Amino acid sequence: MTIEFTLNGQPVSAQAQADDSLYTVLRALNIASVKCGCETTNCGLCTVHMNGRAVLSCSVPAPRAAGQQVVTLEGLQEQAKEFGGYLADEGAEQCGFCAPGLIMNVLALAKENPHATDAEADAYLAGNLCRCSGYMGQRRAIRRYLDALAARESGEVRA
Amino acid sequence: MMERKRRSPNAVGAPIRKKDAEALVTGKPVYTADIAPKDCLCVKLLRSPHAHAMIESIDVSRAKAAPGVACVLTWEDVPQVRFTQAGQTYPELSPHDRLILDRHLRCVGDPVAIVAAQTERQALAAMKLIRVRYSVLPAVLDAREAMDNPVVLHPEEDWRALVPCGADNRRNLVAQGVESDGDVDAELAACDVVLEREYATRANQQAMMETFRTFARTDAYGRLEIVSSTQIPFHVRRIVATALQIQPSRVRVVKPRIGGGFGAKQTAVSEVYPAIVALKTGKPAMLVFTREESMTVSSPRHAMRMRVRLGAMRDGTIRAIDLHTLSNSGAYGEHGPTTVGLSGHKSIPLYTHSLRAFRFAWDVVYTNTMSAGAYRGYGATQGLFAVESAVNELAHELGMDPIALRERNMVREGEVMPAYYGETAASCAVDRCLARAKEMIGWEEKYPARTLENGHIRAVGAALAMQGSGIAGVDTGAVSIRLGEDGCYNMSIGATDMGTGCDTILAQIAAQSLDCPVESISVHGVDTDASPYDCGSYASSTTYVTGMAVVKTCEVLREKITRAGATLLGCDVREAEFEGDGVRAPDGALMPLGEIAAQSMTAQTGELSACVANGSPVSPPPFMAGCAEIDYDPETGEVKVVDYAGVVDCGTVVNPNLARVQTEGAILQGIGMTLTERPEVDARGRTVSNSFMQYKLPTRLDVGSIRVAFEPSYEQTGPFGAKSIGECVINTPAPAICEAIYNACGVRVRELPVTPEKLLLGVRT
Repeated sequence: MTIEFTLNGQPVSAQAQADDSLYTVLRALNIASVKCGCETTNCGLCTVHMNGRAVLSCSVPAPRAAGQQVVTLEGLQEQAKEFGGYLADEGAEQCGFCAPGLIMNVLALAKENPHATDAEADAYLAGNLCRCSGYMGQRRAIRRYLDALAARESGEVRA
Repeated sequence: MMERKRRSPNAVGAPIRKKDAEALVTGKPVYTADIAPKDCLCVKLLRSPHAHAMIESIDVSRAKAAPGVACVLTWEDVPQVRFTQAGQTYPELSPHDRLILDRHLRCVGDPVAIVAAQTERQALAAMKLIRVRYSVLPAVLDAREAMDNPVVLHPEEDWRALVPCGADNRRNLVAQGVESDGDVDAELAACDVVLEREYATRANQQAMMETFRTFARTDAYGRLEIVSSTQIPFHVRRIVATALQIQPSRVRVVKPRIGGGFGAKQTAVSEVYPAIVALKTGKPAMLVFTREESMTVSSPRHAMRMRVRLGAMRDGTIRAIDLHTLSNSGAYGEHGPTTVGLSGHKSIPLYTHSLRAFRFAWDVVYTNTMSAGAYRGYGATQGLFAVESAVNELAHELGMDPIALRERNMVREGEVMPAYYGETAASCAVDRCLARAKEMIGWEEKYPARTLENGHIRAVGAALAMQGSGIAGVDTGAVSIRLGEDGCYNMSIGATDMGTGCDTILAQIAAQSLDCPVESISVHGVDTDASPYDCGSYASSTTYVTGMAVVKTCEVLREKITRAGATLLGCDVREAEFEGDGVRAPDGALMPLGEIAAQSMTAQTGELSACVANGSPVSPPPFMAGCAEIDYDPETGEVKVVDYAGVVDCGTVVNPNLARVQTEGAILQGIGMTLTERPEVDARGRTVSNSFMQYKLPTRLDVGSIRVAFEPSYEQTGPFGAKSIGECVINTPAPAICEAIYNACGVRVRELPVTPEKLLLGVRT
């Protein structure tokens, strides 16, 4: 079947079988940032945004993406660089294979709960597995990123 | 060595970003599957449902005729020459006991047939059309029953052990041996206290986020090009050539970015299958392991069962250690003879200070379970769980504080370690590590335990660890550096960055040596056609072994640049001075590096490059002390690590950020091994912990804080004083947490993993 949706702001038309996942379709569209780590919907590597919310693309049947707004890391390069910079300053991106999924979920967190405490951020991101970092560097990077966003926001408010 | 005044800021010791960071955090297509040709055939493996069987007959005719199928291969289609998938320097200690496909199936998941089709759907559909008749054989699943069992896993005539290590295929033995120093039995007999305990660990999975994957194709010259997520590109070249019976020079191996390895990819788990398909069909072919395959037919930690006898005097002097390790190599011998060695060599020497005698004996056996491999720690993790747990038990037996007991007995700088090949602990700050870890965790206030208002119990435990830095006299890494026309350098390495950051760390060492900014060093990752030889990134070798090759290469290159500069300046080379950004004559005139570089691309001075290999006759151990604070819930038996203090002596810290993340990540892997990850094999030999649902990796909710500090010593034989870090840091959590648990509830867990059931049942009995 043909599935039409908006991918990173551009209309796309993709060929898919009825039991394909959005993940499969995205990879076929050369969206390389989206990774598969588990096949059991519990690693978080394939996280993308659908209509502004973080979803696991491996758990979204491709036909359900029809007519929806799908955003991947390819469509959020500036934000990726900004948060990714904090991650890189901790050395916490390590192998980088889980980074795109994590970053998509961190960006969703920043939108949903911009003043999240460390504990709230940990709970929000619990489904994003990482085998390299031990999460501590990620935790520090997320804190610095959220604090920087908050400082920017309060600066804007004052100005 | 580099004491002269520097013009560029110190690169060694700088907490800089990894060179590939931006590509990784922006999701660029840099991993194996991202860069594979779109027309790759999809390779799938039909796998044995039985732990032990012979293929009576196999009918692939319908599969071959199925839509999209390019080839179907069975045991009749592969070269009949045995090889090993272990990534080790030739001649490997691992026995040559595998065929690409074999009639004799030795574990659940052993490959029965290779199917390649245009799409994954077609390959899976074709696989279902293969008809196999198996003759099921009795299986040996318990390592304790393997030796001299009438069921023999490798009865084949062409089974080969290339290096004598006590292997005997007719006895299911992969290796066997004993070594000792002093009269351990006499010393034990003279001790006031002798503790005898048995400990066991399981076949933990490295569980790197990127599963095993490889694509292969033939190039314009008819050679086989292999792109693979591997830690061992040069070994893969030899392994594939051996398996396919072609010349190694006909094989090229490229390593792109890797999504984690932790030793898993020190075994050529996935390479031979797409390689044979590409060779047979002439078409590009890719194999991506499913997570299930990665959890069930891969290269996990060797499950070991260790019996420790520990002898001490009442005053707390440890006099003798007698260790026996039984290691389960699974269906094949990959890394079997070598991992077992570390269980003793990296545990017993910690107590060199007071030890009068030791004995270390081992048996490594075949069983009809998944073949084991290399996992960070490589046997040391298992041995340290046993020996460090025994030392903790001894402290209780003696009524001593376990940290005080260690202070009395642990190895000190300058001591010769008979249990570590007679090497000297030339750089050793384990005493400082322990003191600092003790202070960080608040040991004096917290030992052994206290009850919180909610009824939970908080308790602490400690452990020490050591590892090596490369394999002495074996590991080698070469580095080649060329001066480019802009006065910057191109560095080619054969060491494999798998997320660890070695591309960056080696560039930092080069920048320090060449007195230039790190940005002036471009790094090229591994391509066996272009990179200088390196055995690969394993055995904690990269920073220490290849890092020293960088230093040596830079020394030669500096000399060449100085000579070229002096020629251009018209001065005596002995009076000219290399200054990082140029060469200075005694009269003060500077020949800029860019000018020297430009002239090197004319007939004036010739190309300015150097390539030097390095190996080391010693393997200086890094050391670590770890203290765990746990929260125990007596209602449920649940344990959570609320705080972990880890202090590491890795010699000079080249990049503090990367060293810290290595340590934090390894500590969490150690916590996972102890508390959350439960490798399970059922009565039929099937690995049932076959997904991340069954095999629970720690999440960010499963740990409180992990705090890391460094107490550097200075290792004279290492680059700028550096030793290794990657493996040592996984070793302390298991014994430290189990000790804390004992302090919380009185239950001593000697078989990992710890489960709430074990604790609650233990409390009741």
